Amino acid sequence: MSTILPPAAGGSAAPTDPALDTGRGTGLWKDAFLRLRRNPQAIVGAVIIGLFLLVAVLAPLLAPYGGDELPGRTSITPTTIPGPGQIDGFPLGLDRFGGDVLSKLIWGAQASLLIGVVSTALGLAGGMLLGILAGGLGGWVDNVIMRFVDILLSVPNLLLAVSIAAVLGQSSYAIMIAIGVSQIPIFARLLRSSMLSQRGADYILAAQTLGLSRRTITMSHLLPNSMGPVIVQATLTLATAVIDAAALSFLGLGGGLPQAAEWGRMLTYAQAELAVAPQLAFLPGACIAITALGFTLLGESLREALDPKTRRK
Amino acid sequence: MLRVIGKRIALLIPTLFGLSVLLFLWVRNLPGGPATALLGEKATPEAIARVNELYGFDRPLITQYLTYMGKLLQGDFGVSINTGRPVLEEFATRFPATLELTVVALIFAIGVGIPLGYLAARHYGRFLDHSSVVLSLVGITIPVFFLAFILKYLFAIQWSLLPPDGRQSPRIDATHYTQFYVLDGLLTGEYDAAWDAFLHLILPGLALGTIPLAIIVRITRASVLEVQNADYVRTARAKGLMERTIRGSFILRNAMLPVVTTIGLQLGLLISGAVLTETVFAFNGIGRFLRDAIFGLDYPVLQGFIIFIAILYALINLIVDLSYSVIDPRVRVQ
Repeated sequence: MSTILPPAAGGSAAPTDPALDTGRGTGLWKDAFLRLRRNPQAIVGAVIIGLFLLVAVLAPLLAPYGGDELPGRTSITPTTIPGPGQIDGFPLGLDRFGGDVLSKLIWGAQASLLIGVVSTALGLAGGMLLGILAGGLGGWVDNVIMRFVDILLSVPNLLLAVSIAAVLGQSSYAIMIAIGVSQIPIFARLLRSSMLSQRGADYILAAQTLGLSRRTITMSHLLPNSMGPVIVQATLTLATAVIDAAALSFLGLGGGLPQAAEWGRMLTYAQAELAVAPQLAFLPGACIAITALGFTLLGESLREALDPKTRRK
Repeated sequence: MLRVIGKRIALLIPTLFGLSVLLFLWVRNLPGGPATALLGEKATPEAIARVNELYGFDRPLITQYLTYMGKLLQGDFGVSINTGRPVLEEFATRFPATLELTVVALIFAIGVGIPLGYLAARHYGRFLDHSSVVLSLVGITIPVFFLAFILKYLFAIQWSLLPPDGRQSPRIDATHYTQFYVLDGLLTGEYDAAWDAFLHLILPGLALGTIPLAIIVRITRASVLEVQNADYVRTARAKGLMERTIRGSFILRNAMLPVVTTIGLQLGLLISGAVLTETVFAFNGIGRFLRDAIFGLDYPVLQGFIIFIAILYALINLIVDLSYSVIDPRVRVQ
């Protein structure tokens, strides 16, 4: 499922002069932020993400009912499921279990964002570790790590996640770990190649001439200057993580109660009622797509903002 | 050329070897071990011990691995827990369905994607360009299974234009030799069966093809934009070549390299997408079989499938690399 978008031409971060980049937020990142603020695409993305974050964090206050609660259990029959506006007290109607669709969408935002953020953090941490070791040490370490990454990349992302989830058992933690681990190879690859492209830069030569240790050069010079594409990828990966999480729980790997408030899960149970209650599929589906759109818009604008080719214009 | 192919296949061996070790360890780490996966959660300790002995799960790991590899090399992928039939046989009956679906999806993605991306670049900054950029963005962010639902609801349920699920209408009694239903219909002269099977492929094919379509549009657009201002295009114009020649032989041909690479990379996406699409459309292919395998923890099937896909992936990438030399003579020289 994960979409590895090809890097934009010259997509690596511009090597800023380390003497100017004193870590006070000047230079590349400040410049990128200023450019982001002027890009309508980035603003739309940020607004979407901000809204969903707000809904996710404030879910206990916003949602009329709990995520697993079935307040409308007495109002549904096997043949009738009240849709939006058809029943008082439930603005978006009920689902087949008697759950309040609005509440479940709100709690679903929390579940999706949690899985997305945790799994991406996991993938980022693991991938960075492997990437630093491979790109920083080189030699046989690089070889071993990259062959391992190749093996993982030879399995489609969703299948890899499914296999990991199968070992871990069915739960939302399993989904987080599964998606996180399946993202490690992408981040490792990206960071390594970004570091390799920086290796021959003049400021690295200067640092070596000054007699700095290899660790200092790798961690304080090479790494910060190689992070651009990785951060862009992380933003884009948040989108795929939300979609992948929904896909895994759509396939039934989420565990927990069948009526659990997860967007992917809601779609699973909407299948049978597609003809009579299509809104049960469209509402959570739209939530997944819009959230993913938000992260994608922001990630793409970030990539543009960091791209030295477009920066000069 | 032959040396390149040989070298690439040789490079594939360590990857497949590593993958087989990982898969082997994966099965041994399934909750409760492989015997529990076979017998279910409620198995008695005696039954588990018996299965462990029968399948050799009690022997040293290295012995187990060698036995497993030996079988694998002879093409023995084991027996499916869910159906009790050999994994390879199950694949052989279901793979044609998925291949048929994937081919329809790819024809849609390439057939629409390349022209659309090209036109968007030619009309850079105008309405067509903007709408294709927005469309491809939506295509990338919409989950496959959600799109499948929308298509199914609109075209199958609401407007009843196309069949909602399955591979063939039950009223049609068709003979199947190859398991490629459309092909079967054409070969046996049962044209109504072929047409019916094709109608069943449209909705899942569209759902599955949309993400690759979106990606192909973007890459084609970006690539054409980069190439159309290249010096050699300017030179060609200065020489007074026909605009058609410039577009066909100079711009499009040079812009195709990254597009071809991208198409090769879509395989993983298509396989993952097939699992989801086939689930929504009750399409009896390998994706749906795999979904059942995930649920039943049918590890021989999952194991076999992952190795199968890894080999397929590598072969497709090899074909993509080789196709460069057809598109780009510069690659041939090196």
